[in-house]
Amino acid sequence: MKVTVTVNGSEVAAEVADRTLLVHFLRDVAGLTATNVGCDTSSCGACTVLLDGRSVKSCTVLAAQADGRAVTTVEGLSGGADELHPVQRAFRAEHGLQCGFCTPGMVMASVSLLAENPSPTEDEVRSALEGNLCRCTGYHNIVRAVLAAASERRPR
Amino acid sequence: MSILGTRVVRTEDPRLLTAGGTYVDDLRVPELAQAARVTFVRSPIAHAEIAGMDVTAARQAPGVVAVLTAADMDDLPPPPDSGLTGTEGLPLPLGGQWSEPLLAADRVRFVGEPVAIVITDDRYAGEDAAELVSVDYNQLPAVVGVDGALAAESLLFPPAGSNVAVSTGAPADSAAFDGCEVVVEETIVNQRLAPVPLEGRATAARWADGKLTVWVSTQNAQIARFILAGAMGLDPASIRVVAPDVGGGFGAKVGIDRDALIVAWAAKHTGRALRWAETRSENMLAMTHGRAQRHGVKIGGTRDGRILAYRLEIVQDTGAYSRMGGFLPFLTSLMAAGPYDIGHVETAYQVVVTNATPISAYRGAGRPEATAAIERAVDLFAAEIGMDPAQVRRINLVPADKFPFTSPCGATYDTGDYVGALDKVLAGGGYAELRAEQARRRERGDVLQLGIGVASYVEITAADADGGETARLVVHDDGTATVYTGSSAHGQGHHTAWAMLVEAELGIEMAKVTVIHGDTDLIPAGVGTYASRSLQLGGVAVQKAAVEVKDQARRVAAEMLEASDADLELDVDRGVWQVRGDPAASRTWAQVAAHAGGAGLAADVNYTDGKPTFPFGTHLAVTEVDTETGKARLIRHVTVDDAGTVLNPVLAEGQRHGGIAQGVAQALLEEVVYDTDGNPITGTLVDYAIITAAELPSFELLTSETPATINPLGAKGIGEAGTIGATPATQNSVIDAVSHLGIRHIDMPLTPARVWAAISEARESR
Repeated sequence: MKVTVTVNGSEVAAEVADRTLLVHFLRDVAGLTATNVGCDTSSCGACTVLLDGRSVKSCTVLAAQADGRAVTTVEGLSGGADELHPVQRAFRAEHGLQCGFCTPGMVMASVSLLAENPSPTEDEVRSALEGNLCRCTGYHNIVRAVLAAASERRPR
Repeated sequence: MSILGTRVVRTEDPRLLTAGGTYVDDLRVPELAQAARVTFVRSPIAHAEIAGMDVTAARQAPGVVAVLTAADMDDLPPPPDSGLTGTEGLPLPLGGQWSEPLLAADRVRFVGEPVAIVITDDRYAGEDAAELVSVDYNQLPAVVGVDGALAAESLLFPPAGSNVAVSTGAPADSAAFDGCEVVVEETIVNQRLAPVPLEGRATAARWADGKLTVWVSTQNAQIARFILAGAMGLDPASIRVVAPDVGGGFGAKVGIDRDALIVAWAAKHTGRALRWAETRSENMLAMTHGRAQRHGVKIGGTRDGRILAYRLEIVQDTGAYSRMGGFLPFLTSLMAAGPYDIGHVETAYQVVVTNATPISAYRGAGRPEATAAIERAVDLFAAEIGMDPAQVRRINLVPADKFPFTSPCGATYDTGDYVGALDKVLAGGGYAELRAEQARRRERGDVLQLGIGVASYVEITAADADGGETARLVVHDDGTATVYTGSSAHGQGHHTAWAMLVEAELGIEMAKVTVIHGDTDLIPAGVGTYASRSLQLGGVAVQKAAVEVKDQARRVAAEMLEASDADLELDVDRGVWQVRGDPAASRTWAQVAAHAGGAGLAADVNYTDGKPTFPFGTHLAVTEVDTETGKARLIRHVTVDDAGTVLNPVLAEGQRHGGIAQGVAQALLEEVVYDTDGNPITGTLVDYAIITAAELPSFELLTSETPATINPLGAKGIGEAGTIGATPATQNSVIDAVSHLGIRHIDMPLTPARVWAAISEARESR
């Protein structure tokens, strides 16, 4: 079937098998490999992207379900390595990543969290990120990064 | 002021945060443009003879390039024999009758063992075709767990005549316990865990023009090449191994494993470039697991708290094949005495094979097991004599004036202040107030009881220091520098740390330093990252290379400035060479490098003078246990982890955080479980309880730096401290919360069901 998705602002159209997962569409068709696959049970959140502004696990969404909609991946979050989004900047400043594999999904989940709750408590951050697994950081610095990003965005 | 020891954020991160890393499955290099996909056919049965295999239907399925089985592997040399038969205790697979095949030929020994591969152009077609491979299995009785192995009713390797692959024999001397006023014994299970790096195993391979190129998610490109050469019968020079970004390893990506060797062979055999990235379900079945020891502990001493004798007997379940599992209890035995000055310590171990996934290193690799055993034993001893467990530790810790200290197990602890670490944690955690709060809750009979767990540890890092590590440093004529390191990172921050070392030594700012690792064409010799060895070996190698380059540059600059070598100085702050006392006439690194001619400014170092170091510390875990449901929750975790001089606190803290989380996870949540037929029942991340942010508090890290004296950086390893300290601290804490009910021990993981059962049993027996 033909699927057309606006990915990071650009239209990507392709003929794909019906069963194509959104994450494979992003990686193999759109050529955007930052979004990773870390499990096959929707448990780990490494594949988290924004679909029409809300976070989804792209391993659990068919490309067909994204037809005509807009997807944002971590590649589309900022203008590049020299121009980080506040959440990306906070992850770097707080050492919220090590191997980097969970990071694109973790960043997108954090962006989504802050869009829904701009001033979360530590407990709210921990609870909101329960669906995103990280094996390197023990979450300590990820939580600090999200809180720091929230505090940076808050009007003073 | 030197950049060393300061908080520097990572240079790796902007790329990882905006474009994502380039992991094996992300590679879009031209060599792999036409690569086909490999799908494994794995045994669904724990123990069986393969009576026959029919791949006809799979070969005829749409999109199938090839279906390969052991019968196709006629172009391989016989498996390289390590020469080890089971008594040497070295970190190599056992050979001879215990050998592990590539694709299984006549027998399968664990669920997930590879029996065939399907090659397709499309990833989904491979999954369909793999379903069509028909294997005729004659099921055999499964050997499950160490008791199953020791019962020997079924043998994995009948010619061996036993399921015991390695044995040291019984402890030699037990007389030391005769003089003890109190002796306590316990059987303790250190359960089987899945490492679960977020990136599973992944490999791509291409055979072209007589050269095999293998891209693999590994901690050690050079070791991977060595293993590949042996398995494939190729000269190492005809193999290039590339480790691109690696999404976590935790010991399970040391070298290169069986499944990746099969992919590399298939690329050569078919002439097609191939790629494979396992699913998580495959990963849970077939990536090595860790831990899986059963301990018999016996501890004895005086009623006033002095420990006089300790015995640790280990049965290591090494799974279906002895990869590194045969070696782990050796390390456990070496560190069995822990941080204590105990007159008599005896150890013994057996390694048994079972119909389960092979065991290998997992963050700590034998040392967390040693600490878990003795830290539980010390708490059991303290409970028996009615003394505060922290006080028992203070009485028995090796005092600061006894270093270097050689333990009865033969390890020489280099430097330390063990009592200092304990006292710092107790003060930082507010131990006395915690005990008072615990007493109040007990007095009131609160449902939520408070548990306070202490664990002191010493561990060994860079245990294989004599293997050394390499570094090559080049300063270019544009003033930039490149470091080629044998120490391949997978999240530790080597790019940042190595660049800091260069800046500190040469004054070339970090932004101008490129760090390259994980490509055997560029770095033929190296060891890699495991055993918390990187900074104290690889980092020292980089520093030594920088010193060599500095000596070269001094001679060149002296010539340029028409001065004697002795009068030249490097202004590290400005990164320029000048005649002492004359900063006006100076030469930049770019000018010196351009003038150097010949081989330029470059140094190769293979640093082999290192020795193992012994980091230490104390962890304090505070838990709340719901005595009605058995649910335990970690509410505070306070630690001192002394790893010598710290190069970059940001990186060191990150290592501690991650290890603590994995340690808490072992204590409270994680366990790989098999049913009585050897079927894994924790084969997905739904069934295997990886710890999440919601189950952890923020950690309270205290600092302590007792420099190592064996290396010029004063550094010890920090990568595994967290799992070593946090696991027993958390376990002790939960047991402490219910100890007033008469409970002395509960095995990990301390799930609500287990804790509730222990509480119920204790209440019934009162």
